[in-house]
Amino acid sequence: MWQALRTELAPPGVEVVTVALDTGGIDAAGPFIAAASPEHPSLIDEAHVSAERFGFVNVPNAVWIDEAGMVVRPSHPAHVKVSNLRQIEVTPDMGYLGEMLTELQKFNVDAATYLEAMRDWVEHGADSRWALSPDQVVEASRPRPREHAEAAAAFELGQHLHRAGHPDDAVAWFKRAHELHPENWTYKRQAWTFVTTPEGQPSDLIQADNDVYGTSWLDEVRRLGPETYYEPFGS
Amino acid sequence: MLLTSTTTDPAAFAAATGWAVKPEGACRADMCVPLPDDVHVDGGLDVTVLADRLGMPVLRDDDHGLVALGPATVVGRALETAEAPELELPDADGNPFRLSSLHGKKVLLVAWASW
Repeated sequence: MWQALRTELAPPGVEVVTVALDTGGIDAAGPFIAAASPEHPSLIDEAHVSAERFGFVNVPNAVWIDEAGMVVRPSHPAHVKVSNLRQIEVTPDMGYLGEMLTELQKFNVDAATYLEAMRDWVEHGADSRWALSPDQVVEASRPRPREHAEAAAAFELGQHLHRAGHPDDAVAWFKRAHELHPENWTYKRQAWTFVTTPEGQPSDLIQADNDVYGTSWLDEVRRLGPETYYEPFGS
Repeated sequence: MLLTSTTTDPAAFAAATGWAVKPEGACRADMCVPLPDDVHVDGGLDVTVLADRLGMPVLRDDDHGLVALGPATVVGRALETAEAPELELPDADGNPFRLSSLHGKKVLLVAWASW
């Protein structure tokens, strides 16, 4: 998906850089990268440093950076393709998966508008109506109240302890991050995947209810509202 | 930023947070926050003083001897300035890559994950 966009955008002088927010590192992200055969830089971010610095709270999230190294569009949901999951007709016999799809299909995803906006910025640069001034960029970047900053510190402790071989000790810090910044899906989904991924599987996209965190992806989407999972682009 | 004490050196603090300690204070792009003299201690900088001035929460994990410093909240936004933060991460082959190496090009920086 990102390689196809890179192929389109490279001739007019744009580079795509992907960052895998994966505490599991290359072991977790590597198979997906290999399958995509990317020609662009494909970075591994075990500590979620990029998320803290740029304000990523879910995936896919992106920022646009101009030739002078200035952000012209702060962190936002970045959909360049509509997931096939949105096209599936949900039927009663689908059970739990059907319930997940029902919520997923309520997400704000508008790939056509996003691609149009990006192409406009690529062609017109600072004159694009989608490119923001420096003051607008700061104002449009995600709010960072004290509790969100504390959540970032708690998450950093959690992921460090997990990587250092203390996964049980990491849980309390992950929970604290979740409580302090409930809208941050990277904190939740990263932590949940450590306890819900079946043995031998590369990842778990269902992230069902579990004893460790006492909640699930489906429960949390319903609690916060599926319309908040991705804010509309340009909002 | 993770530490094992409440003292750090200026280079490490700048690399981890983007805030450089200069004579005029802690600075990021064209913004500087004045610092008191007692920020300078034997062995470097007192993290608690920096944290107080920059609105950085400090969490301690005594069992593992760790101190975690959260990001600054002086502006109350994820980006204190539109200047893109530096980012140095390994690529899929393990080679270090700096985002600033792409100056002169437009960049689409995309976060994704396996989970």
